[in-house]
Amino acid sequence: MRYASLFWEYIKNYAKTRLTYRADFWIEVLSDLLFQIVNLIFIFIVFQHTPSLGGWTELEVVFVYGFFMIPFGIFATFFSIWNFSERYIVKGEMDRVLTRPAHSLFQVLFENVDPPSMFGSFVGAGIMAYCWAKMDLPFHPVDLLILALLVMGAVLIYAGLYTALSAISFYSDAPTGIVPLMYNIQNYGRYPVNIYNKLIRFVLTWLLPFAFVGVIPASYFLEKKADDLSQLALLTPVMGLIVFGIGLAFWNHGVKRYRGAGS
Amino acid sequence: MMSAYFDFIRIRFLMMLAYRVNYYSGIVIYAINIGAYYFLWQAIYGEQDSLAGFTIAQMTTYIAVSWMARAFYFNNLDREIANEIRDGSVAVQLIRPYSYLLVKMMQGFGEGAFRLLLFMVPGMIIVCLIFPVKLPTDPVVWLIYLAMLFLSFLINSQINILTGLFAFFVENNEGMMRMKRVMVDLFSGVVVPIAFFPGWLKSIMEWLPFQAITYLPSSVFTGRTPLGEAGGVLGLQIAWFAVLLLPIWLTWRAARKRLFVQGG
Repeated sequence: MRYASLFWEYIKNYAKTRLTYRADFWIEVLSDLLFQIVNLIFIFIVFQHTPSLGGWTELEVVFVYGFFMIPFGIFATFFSIWNFSERYIVKGEMDRVLTRPAHSLFQVLFENVDPPSMFGSFVGAGIMAYCWAKMDLPFHPVDLLILALLVMGAVLIYAGLYTALSAISFYSDAPTGIVPLMYNIQNYGRYPVNIYNKLIRFVLTWLLPFAFVGVIPASYFLEKKADDLSQLALLTPVMGLIVFGIGLAFWNHGVKRYRGAGS
Repeated sequence: MMSAYFDFIRIRFLMMLAYRVNYYSGIVIYAINIGAYYFLWQAIYGEQDSLAGFTIAQMTTYIAVSWMARAFYFNNLDREIANEIRDGSVAVQLIRPYSYLLVKMMQGFGEGAFRLLLFMVPGMIIVCLIFPVKLPTDPVVWLIYLAMLFLSFLINSQINILTGLFAFFVENNEGMMRMKRVMVDLFSGVVVPIAFFPGWLKSIMEWLPFQAITYLPSSVFTGRTPLGEAGGVLGLQIAWFAVLLLPIWLTWRAARKRLFVQGG
């Protein structure tokens, strides 16, 4: 309950600071959407030259992309801590956070909450619904429940990986290029993983499980493929809990080791 | 006076050198990107020998050289300029006896030189070891490509400077810079060669400077565009460089009139 009211305060705070730059809010929404549109254009261009990608049709790949946009939007709203090391470790804001009673990760995340990213989730849901209808997939009310579960799992996977990434700053003070590295790797979970070789597929499924934020959970709703990824789909929430658990543990351990920025 | 400008190149190069460790991971990132697109294009080609005038072997080379060219010409001049405008330090720069924009370009050169030597070249070597990249054997192609690469850098930096200057007119141009980056990556042909675009989009692209950044030079390098047409590509790049000077000059002139420093 206390966290809920804190959350509300943070949101109000966000509104006050951001409404100073009202145009920026919309520009950010627009640039987010443009980014997604460019990715969709890429998919359309690809399918102008091939009827299927590793056995997946265009509608299916777009469907997967639509699914992926939902957890990504939620994740980007609550985990916009791209410059964590810069702002909190190098500039010492972490010290201020640690003097307060609420959990440090919660504070850091909500200081940086970024509501415009949510728009992507709605667009993604729209894309998914459109493809769903186009492909005449059967629809049962229970699917919505499963969808919610899968989205939650996917968000947790993102959250866990990026929490762990940010926590690296506690252990080493050199700003590494590892965040952009992840940022690039995560894009590959959006395409059918069977087009990659075995090694990459293994990494994307079990080590940096970005396949679980797009293609695997989305395949639950699609027709069965030869390699039947959809068997793994219901593992998504489980993977989410595991990955987030590891990320959080890594963060907490890092906070314990953290020595402060002051002299 | 000229020597002062050269110092800007040198200082930026040395500054980048101090942070070189950050760029080792960059090589890994680019190798991963090239790998992902390599597999993606393999799947797209499937049984087909050639698409949009590219054989699969040319496509592999195209991906590798385009990404590695990006490793060289990419810079954050837009962000640097926007930050200097936002924190007001541009005002100090304006009263100094040099051209602010030229200094920015020189700093871009310094970064470019660093990226060429410590990012593009080693990256290209590594990528050639991993993927079946076929480099051209004709030294003339290499020379022409190097000239084109230099012009790619110029045009891309011009677009960056133009984007950065917009911070004079909107308080925060973060979104604009992001939009620009996404658009340049798609329209310059790093992600997909423009030959693959649907017809209507292709014809729009012919009237925009983006294709001169990656698509045209890489097409010459992979041999899709015959050497005989390389002169035309160079001419087009030079033309775009000249054309882009105008909007930069106009924006700069307008910007200096409406400079207000936040908090000042």
